Amino acid sequence: MKIDSKTVQDVAHLARLEFEAEGEQKIINDMNRMLGFVEKLNELNTDGIEPLIYMTEETNHLREDVVHPPLSHKEVLQNAPKHDSDYFKVPKVVEKK
Amino acid sequence: MSTTSIYDTYEAVIGLEVHTQLLTKTKAYSNDEAAYGAMPNTLVSPVTLGLPGTLPLANKTVIEFAIRLGLATHCTIRERNEYARKNYFYADLPKGYQITQDKTPICTNGYIDIKLSETETKRIGIHRIHMEEDAGKSMHDVDLTDTLVDLNRAGVPLLEIVTEPDLRSADEAYKYLTEVRRLVRYLDICDGNMEEGSLRCDANISVRKKGAPQFGRKVEVKNMNSISNVKRAIEHEIIRQIDILEAGGSIDTETRSFDAPSGTTFSLRSKEAANDYRYFPEPDLLPVIVTEKEIARVKSTLPPLPDELVKKYTQELQLSIYDASVLTDAKEIALYFEDVLKHTSNAKAAANWVMGPVKSWLNENAMHISQLSFGGKRLAELIALVDSGKVSFSVASQKIFPQMVQHPEWTANEIAERDNLIQESNNDTLLVVVKEVVAKYPEKVAEYRGGKVGLLGMFMGEVMKASKGKADPKVTTELLKKELEQN
Repeated sequence: MKIDSKTVQDVAHLARLEFEAEGEQKIINDMNRMLGFVEKLNELNTDGIEPLIYMTEETNHLREDVVHPPLSHKEVLQNAPKHDSDYFKVPKVVEKK
Repeated sequence: MSTTSIYDTYEAVIGLEVHTQLLTKTKAYSNDEAAYGAMPNTLVSPVTLGLPGTLPLANKTVIEFAIRLGLATHCTIRERNEYARKNYFYADLPKGYQITQDKTPICTNGYIDIKLSETETKRIGIHRIHMEEDAGKSMHDVDLTDTLVDLNRAGVPLLEIVTEPDLRSADEAYKYLTEVRRLVRYLDICDGNMEEGSLRCDANISVRKKGAPQFGRKVEVKNMNSISNVKRAIEHEIIRQIDILEAGGSIDTETRSFDAPSGTTFSLRSKEAANDYRYFPEPDLLPVIVTEKEIARVKSTLPPLPDELVKKYTQELQLSIYDASVLTDAKEIALYFEDVLKHTSNAKAAANWVMGPVKSWLNENAMHISQLSFGGKRLAELIALVDSGKVSFSVASQKIFPQMVQHPEWTANEIAERDNLIQESNNDTLLVVVKEVVAKYPEKVAEYRGGKVGLLGMFMGEVMKASKGKADPKVTTELLKKELEQN
């Protein structure tokens, strides 16, 4: 796989990242280097081998349905860039046509 | 002149996605409370906020509820369950991804039967049921400049139930949803309240010419907050799509929102060029193995389900389909009826009592069956009292039942005796009264004997009056006839 300008723009949009136009070529090069690095793995034949997802064989790590105290209302809101006394405030994204 | 409407040459193909909010005490992957109606942003933990370094931990009860629903909808329950991340940016989803199940839904391949008419049922396939978490709540219309976000709901557990595209009309969708709501209420896993959003429905709708081999292009409709709005939205959407096709246009694959006041749908501008959720396995949650033993244990805790009860009532107890569906409409009524059945063999009388005096009392007093002060045993005693002929049904329902409600410690028998309501079926005493009445009206007796048998009613009335309503009507009729017809 080769990273081009369009891929970088798409990924940037999905990640909500912005960058200066002149930085784009550098990002393309970086991402291609990263892909090239992991490309090495393709040399191995992994047919029929289940992907490794978990670093342990353990299963059923579950919790009883018991309520613990939440954060205080003040703590919940304190890191938000914008809030009122009750709610987080974010830019409007849905408009009725 | 009547011609076939152009609309009749099309058929709709509908699949529903229902989200049920579970009645657990805590959230799906964190131990802050899952409750509706609290002050905004007061039920929020660091996990819910998606703070760096926090880790989710799955709620045992969610898995149990999923198994319950899977068993009740005849699904295959998956042994090895994994979680997945569905990535998207939205302000009410603090982590930037929703923890859900992608390739390993816990339940697959089941069905729910819906009743199309008294005699016709239709089987709606359940494609999958999977566990996931709710997002927070965004309010777009309250503040002038900003969207307000409340994260109390973020992380609340959901089961998403996805049907096969088996529904063919708005009416079928309505019936399916009614059945789903009844089922989750029976199972005690969701309160089924669409207005409060604990049951939500998205509809995938397409139309095609009848007999066409392929499905048409589908449109997803959201934001229908009642079962009847789902019906209205589907009705509108079917017409809209047919109109476009008939005008030579084509259907856009898109998401539309239902506008309840106008009964129409409008296009939601797509949030992203292409929805690219980039699903991948959630590494923070370990797989959950559901054993056969666990499934058997959950199965043993299931309450009787409506379709099983209907079968039992109509086949074993010989009740009508109408009676059976009224009795099973709400779980609490059905369980009460079951309790009465434990103490009486007169199922028909028990059904009449529950659907008659009990339900009217509940309605008149705006009460819930759980507030009825006495259980099935007491009601069965009252039924036995009527069956023994000691009191009539009307005395039982009008004079004894209201007192039992007030004084649950009194039995039907005690009330009947104390208030002197036991009807006279002792033939000797009654015969005296009958003879007196017959002796009192010699002319009427002659008329009766001359063929005016309708006068029997008048004699009955007189006997009733003389016995202050306590005469057993059946015995009285017999004695009267005998008395009048001799000589």
